[in-house]
Amino acid sequence: MNCIIIDDEATARAIVVQLCSNVKRLNVLADFSDAIQSIKFLNQNEVDLIFLDIHMPDFTGFDFIQTLKNPPKIILTTSDPKFAIDAFEYECIIDYLVKPILLPRFEKAVTKAEKTDLATVVNKTTKDEKEVATSGDVLYVNIDRRLIKIEIPSIYLIEAKGDYILIKTEDKNYTVHSTLKKIEDKLPHTIFLKVHRSYVINIQKIIDIEDNSVLIKKDVIPVSRSNRPELMKRLNLL
Amino acid sequence: MEEPNLSYIHSMSGGDTNFEQKLIAIIKQEFPKEKAIYYENYNAGNFKMTADNVHKLKHKISILGLEKSYGIAVAFENNLLEGKTELSEAFEAILNNMTNYLTTL
Repeated sequence: MNCIIIDDEATARAIVVQLCSNVKRLNVLADFSDAIQSIKFLNQNEVDLIFLDIHMPDFTGFDFIQTLKNPPKIILTTSDPKFAIDAFEYECIIDYLVKPILLPRFEKAVTKAEKTDLATVVNKTTKDEKEVATSGDVLYVNIDRRLIKIEIPSIYLIEAKGDYILIKTEDKNYTVHSTLKKIEDKLPHTIFLKVHRSYVINIQKIIDIEDNSVLIKKDVIPVSRSNRPELMKRLNLL
Repeated sequence: MEEPNLSYIHSMSGGDTNFEQKLIAIIKQEFPKEKAIYYENYNAGNFKMTADNVHKLKHKISILGLEKSYGIAVAFENNLLEGKTELSEAFEAILNNMTNYLTTL
């Protein structure tokens, strides 16, 4: 299996390279100190497996996975066992190794990766491309092959994140494989407005507007110059 | 205070002494930088960022076989995330212990 290693800590990368050298079936193609650097490599090379650190500055392992349309198999490496539950949200995550990693546990994770047929999982996910459907004040989103109901008025912000969108509601946030354009088409235009290429907001939830940004809940959202006139037009200005 | 050791490095090197030396060299190069960033953030009162630094340093604490110290680091990281600085002295003693040990390698 061709693999890459992503970890901001040089010591951790050296250890995983050494562990890989003990497993003859593994071929380390490259290692990266941050996830963004690896994206270009992944677009140009066939990678079967990624050893991915979760806790990295600026761009976490989970952020990285969300940018990948067809992620390869991933084995998470971390010093913190508390993220294990989050890992179950992603079908591409095969195993979860807590540092310092020991060889027997490492070999077990690699064997598990070899036995997992990710193609089946990915194909099923791709078929579920009709990921958002609406009915009245309700929006259904497809997450892990489950249709989850979201009350449209409870949505206050939608943010584009690579191939995914992050839907923020009063109670919970949802990461959905979709585009800002698709969800924008499903939402009532009287309430929702695209204020920036990466953000759609619920204008009823705005707390204040300052220069080129709006405050919604605790989020400060940029407003692009071209979208500002439409936003001002929609507001009930005194 | 517990003594750092190379048990983990020996156990995963499979007797490859070249690798052991290479890994120790990487740790000796990386650890002072991580320690400096920790002090910088701690002294500036950036406790969230300090917690991230402690998180990163935990790996080296465990690599050097410091099991009790690792427990202190976990508790200190949690304190920092709650904006509290309890255990900072204990944690800094761990850093000093590691620094002294690395100079002997």
